[in-house]
Amino acid sequence: MNLAIRAESIHKRFDDHEVLRGLSLDVEEHEVICLIGASGSGKSTLLRCLNLLEAIDAGRIFILGRPVTGRGVDQNDVRRHVGIVFQSFNLFPHMTVLRNITLAPQEVLGTSRSRAEVEARELLDRFALTERADDYPDRLSGGQQQRVAIMRALAMNPDIMLLDEVTSALDPELVAEVLDVIRELAAGGMTMLLATHEMGFAKDIATRVCFLDEGVILEEGPPEQIFSDPKQERTKQFLQRIVAAGRL
Amino acid sequence: MGTAPAPIPPVIPDLRRSREERRSKILGSFKAEGVRGVLIAILSTLVFLGVLIAIVINSPNWLLIKQQFFNSREFSNTFPYVLHGFFHNIEVFLMLEPLILVFALLLAVMRSLRGPIFFPIRALAIVYIDFFRGIPTILLVYLFGFGVPALQIPGLPHAGAFWGGVGLLLSYSAYVAEVYRAGIESVHASQTAAARSLGLTRAATLRFVIVPQAVRRVVPPLMNDFISLQKDTALLSIVGGQFGEAFNHGQISQQSDFNFTSLLGVALCFLVITVPMTRFTDHVLERQRRRRMAGAAL
Repeated sequence: MNLAIRAESIHKRFDDHEVLRGLSLDVEEHEVICLIGASGSGKSTLLRCLNLLEAIDAGRIFILGRPVTGRGVDQNDVRRHVGIVFQSFNLFPHMTVLRNITLAPQEVLGTSRSRAEVEARELLDRFALTERADDYPDRLSGGQQQRVAIMRALAMNPDIMLLDEVTSALDPELVAEVLDVIRELAAGGMTMLLATHEMGFAKDIATRVCFLDEGVILEEGPPEQIFSDPKQERTKQFLQRIVAAGRL
Repeated sequence: MGTAPAPIPPVIPDLRRSREERRSKILGSFKAEGVRGVLIAILSTLVFLGVLIAIVINSPNWLLIKQQFFNSREFSNTFPYVLHGFFHNIEVFLMLEPLILVFALLLAVMRSLRGPIFFPIRALAIVYIDFFRGIPTILLVYLFGFGVPALQIPGLPHAGAFWGGVGLLLSYSAYVAEVYRAGIESVHASQTAAARSLGLTRAATLRFVIVPQAVRRVVPPLMNDFISLQKDTALLSIVGGQFGEAFNHGQISQQSDFNFTSLLGVALCFLVITVPMTRFTDHVLERQRRRRMAGAAL
């Protein structure tokens, strides 16, 4: 049993607000973990810490068995193995779709331009965006932009994908196409951590659901158990609010 | 209250209409009114100009003004020299502009470096920019144009105009660096996060993601600075006549003939360059604004 991610009691504080308060989490390879919880519970911060976009204040993180916190860690090397996709897509607006995808393989992995473009076009074919290769991001719909953002991360052949509320900024009719992509990744055995408000989707896809509350994982378990038989009072309250809002 | 509700603005900007609006800036505001509008505009312009000319020509000092500033004989005698000098201005401008663009970008990037290890580089850039932006350009041109040649350092050029040009370079690169920096800071932090999350180094992030976006955004303000630079090449006149730029020639004629027409010739030279540059800058700004609107509409 190999651990893809091990987070040991991590703390992260922004000024005087402590967002993560000793959070621990182990993720095995090929697991799909859905992080649920209210806004501000620390889901996004956790994902950003795992990609080293934020430095943690205390605790330890291991990625694929190697420590990535502390001194002498090559952050860029860690990030090659851990892809992240953001809520707001963050595509590079001055580059074509194709260039968005080939930039990192060429500049980070040293892949030749022709090779990188062949691989990028394979990704575009796989996710049905072949004809958009030469468009600029502002010509694409939100759903298409987010799919490109996922491909951009996949082009680095990551071992782990972190998805930070990737459908939250989308119009409702565009959510499905992005979720389909994630489903396909899960079916392919990709290790994934998703922060999501799409409870129905989490129920479908997750091997494990973690409920975050005030910077720790308050409750975790298989989706059936969390959604139908939560043990913690706070989890119950959260799920009731979600049901009341019509999201489950 | 019985007032009608305010009309709801259209969500998607009508691109066709905005193109018409653009065309109508100067000439087209009466286009919508057709032939009648054109006739009214012509008539009102003729009346307005007629009154203006009548006032000027009938003013008691008009003949003296015409003799001193708009003297056609003086103009045809002096303008060839002025024009010849003006080519020196253009030459200086064309040599300085690319140097300033490159040097200023270097300064802006130095100033944008984060982290304690880069503190000395960042501090150097800040001191440089504060220092050279805080000194009047004419003073820098004078200091360098006279000061450095006076040192008689072997191996360095002794021409005052060369060192005056260096003064312009130092001053303008400080200004342009701040324009670049504003552009760099206007690129959202999420772009840096996206690039870094892919494993790009800080330097690669700046080079491929931040700087290209920043430079595109600051093209219009950069162009404004270059219109200023084009005019400020006339400052080189203070370092001595042997360089012979346009203002020099105009001044020489003015002082020998006691007539200012030659200087109006100098003004004309600059206007022929700066007015089209200004219009072009407006055009670029407008194009960027429309692109942003088109992008937001999708």
